[in-house]
Formats: sequence, structure tokens, C-alpha cells
Amino acid sequence: MDLELMITSFPKLLSAAIVTLKLLTASLFFGLFIGLLFAILRISKNIFINKFAYGYSYVFRGTPLLVQIFIIYFGLAQIEYLRTSFLWVILKEPYWCAIIAFTLNTGAYTSEILRSAFQTIKPGTIEAGKSLGISNKIIFYKIQIPIAIRQSLPAYGNEIILMMKGTSLASTVTLMDLTGVAKYIISTTFKPIEVFIVAGGIYLFMTFIIHNVIKYLEKKYSFQ
Amino acid sequence: MELLYFGDNGWGDELAVATLMTIAVSITAMIIGFAFAAIFTPLKLSKKKYLNLISNSYTTVIRGVPELLVIYLFFFGGSGAIMYVASIFGYNDYIEINAFITGSFSIGIISGAYSTEVFRGAVQSIDKGQFEASKVLGISKFCQFYKIILPQMLRLAIPNLSNVWQITLKDTSLISVTGLVEIMRQSYIAAGSTRDPLFFYSWAAVLYLMLTYLSMKFINKLETRYNRGY
Repeated sequence: MDLELMITSFPKLLSAAIVTLKLLTASLFFGLFIGLLFAILRISKNIFINKFAYGYSYVFRGTPLLVQIFIIYFGLAQIEYLRTSFLWVILKEPYWCAIIAFTLNTGAYTSEILRSAFQTIKPGTIEAGKSLGISNKIIFYKIQIPIAIRQSLPAYGNEIILMMKGTSLASTVTLMDLTGVAKYIISTTFKPIEVFIVAGGIYLFMTFIIHNVIKYLEKKYSFQ
Repeated sequence: MELLYFGDNGWGDELAVATLMTIAVSITAMIIGFAFAAIFTPLKLSKKKYLNLISNSYTTVIRGVPELLVIYLFFFGGSGAIMYVASIFGYNDYIEINAFITGSFSIGIISGAYSTEVFRGAVQSIDKGQFEASKVLGISKFCQFYKIILPQMLRLAIPNLSNVWQITLKDTSLISVTGLVEIMRQSYIAAGSTRDPLFFYSWAAVLYLMLTYLSMKFINKLETRYNRGY
């Protein structure tokens, strides 16, 4: 055990954890919108819209996140048209490519979580709203969405933790996040166990916090 | 499309071999994972607190830390650890472990943590009366497990194990960082030498989709087979 290395690498890894958190919050923020959009498309009665939304979530859940990042970072750069368009400002940065890939990935999982939450809402709740003369729009925004969010909290908590682990893949497209810095320190010092303990400890701490925040929210918004 | 031809001019045969490699690594990792689950599930179900602690720390750490970090630990630390053990027995030469073994071992440890949780849940949802009845009938502990608990547990575990399989299959893409030539690594090589990353990575995505689709079909069949009594 090399305690000195553990102590000297701790601040480096901690500042890299901020990159991880930035990636995580950005992709969760955008992913929630995409997830909500596709969940609404999924419960639509139009079969084409429905199939389109299903296809999106199937493709993004059935392929590894690494492939998605590589397609967006290496693959899209190949298209001549994109390189001359204004989108290139975003797509040439590994940071934004990683966020786009994470957003699309978490969006797919979130849409599935929210869809199943929408479907577990009892028809009686919506019918009660209708019989009280509440408009469809308000039923959707004030009744269906709050219930769906509450229903999906435990599953969404898992998704946040999975996504936090997923951000480690940003290190494969040259971003120096927590895993990227950990790998750099390991490959220069050849002391994998010490670095793993420190970096893994930081990840576990973040998992612990997310887990407890979700647990608190679940309790706060429980129906009882 | 001529990039996918078999033979010297295309990458078709290389990609086919790489797909087989992905399948081989996934299956090996899944089996290693079952071995880990076989050790840690009884610890988790045991009544002794310290045994629970060992098992809980295994599943918590592995499920809370990114897969890539675990792979780096074994990739950089694996040969060092083995050389250390070998030096105790007086063998001091450099030992390099095969990328296949490190890869499937590290993915196996990860999938083992998920499998442990699945098996724990399955055993816990078996009716308590089953345990008590077999005890009353004087069935030995060994027989009780193999003839009564295991068949019922498998039926409950299969739907969740199919999730673990999907996770494991997708995680194998991460071992490409260690240089093992599976789908992802082969696409990386092909993309580098043809300068056509979009085509090859999309093709890799198609191959993964195909694998997940086919394995789902297979698992659904297995599920109906184990559910036939219900």
C-alpha cells in the first residue's frame, strides 16, 4: 500500500469528479426532457409515432453506450455536410459529443420508466378528473405527470446511478473525468489498487448521496 | 458495402470472428458470475452478520463503481497480483495474462454482483412453508437445495437473469480497451484503416442489436419452459 500516492492523487481525482458531475447533471437534465417526450409518444395511439418511439428506445437500450459515443464522436465527423454546418461547433468538442450520447441513452431508459409509470395510473383517476369537468390538458399536467413522476422515482434513482457509472465512458473520447484521471495515474505509477480505492471511494460516495436523496424524495412524495 | 465482403478485401470475416469472440466472452463472464453468485448468495442469506457484511460490500462496491474502473483495475493490476503470488512460490519471471482471461474475469465479477442480487431476491420470494415442509419431511439440506429450492428459484430468477445477461453482453464492449479483439475493437481497427468510422461503428451497433434480439428470443423460450407448471 502506497499511502502517499493515495493522498497526493486524492485532490486530482476530486477535481476530476467535478467533470463527472457536470456530465451527469447535463445529460440527466436534457435526458429527462427527451425521456418525457418519447414517453408521451409511446402512449400515443398513432401506431407510427408509437413504433418510432419504441424503435428509438429499443436501439439505444440494445446497444452498448460505448458504440453510441463512438458513432457520435468519430462517426458523425465523417459526414462532410455536418463539418461545414453550424452544428460542427458542438460536434467537434468531445465534451458535447459525450453529453449528446449520454442524453440520448438516458432518454431512452427514462422514456421506458415514465411510460410504465403512465400506464400504471389507474383509469379511475383520469375518469374522476374528467367527470369533474377538468380539461384534458390540465388532467395531463396536474394529475398524470405528478403521479407518473412519483411512481417512477425508485426506477429513476437506479437510472441516475447507472448513468453516473456510464459517464466513465467519456474517458474513451479523451475527456479527463474521474475514470480518465484514474487511468492516467494508474498508467504512470502502475499502482492500480491504491488508485482504485480512492477513485472507487469517490464514486461510492456519490452513489451513496444519490441513493439517499432519492430515498428522501420517495418518502416525501409517498401517497401515505 | 464491399467493405463487408469476406476474404482479404473486406472486413466481413473479421467481424464475424469478433462477434463470436463477444459471445464467447459474454458466456464465460456469465459463468464466472454464476460462480461468484454461488459463493456470495449463501453469505447474503446467512443469519451471521459478518458474512452478510462480506457479501453486501462485494455487491455494493461492484455495483457502485463504473465497469471501466473495475476493468482497469484488473487490466493493470491482474498480472502484478499473479506475479506476486508466483514470487511467493519462487517463480520470478514476468507473467502476462491473456486479455481474454482478464476481460472475462473482470466482466464476470461485475455480472456476479448483479446475479447475486437476483438469486437472493429469488430465494427470498420462495414461500417459507417450502423450507419448513422439507425440514419436517426429514429431507437433507443438500437435497432440499437441489430438489426443492433450486428448481423454484430458477423459475423466479430467469426474467431478471435475462437483464443481467443484457448488461453483461453490453459490458463486454468495454474490454476493447484492453485490446481483446471483439466487436468494438475490430470496428475500431477497421474504422482506423479504412477511415470509415461511421459505417463500422453503425455496423457494430447492428451486430449488438442482433445479439440482444436473438438472446431475448432464446430467453423467452426458456422462460415458458420453466413456467410450464404454472
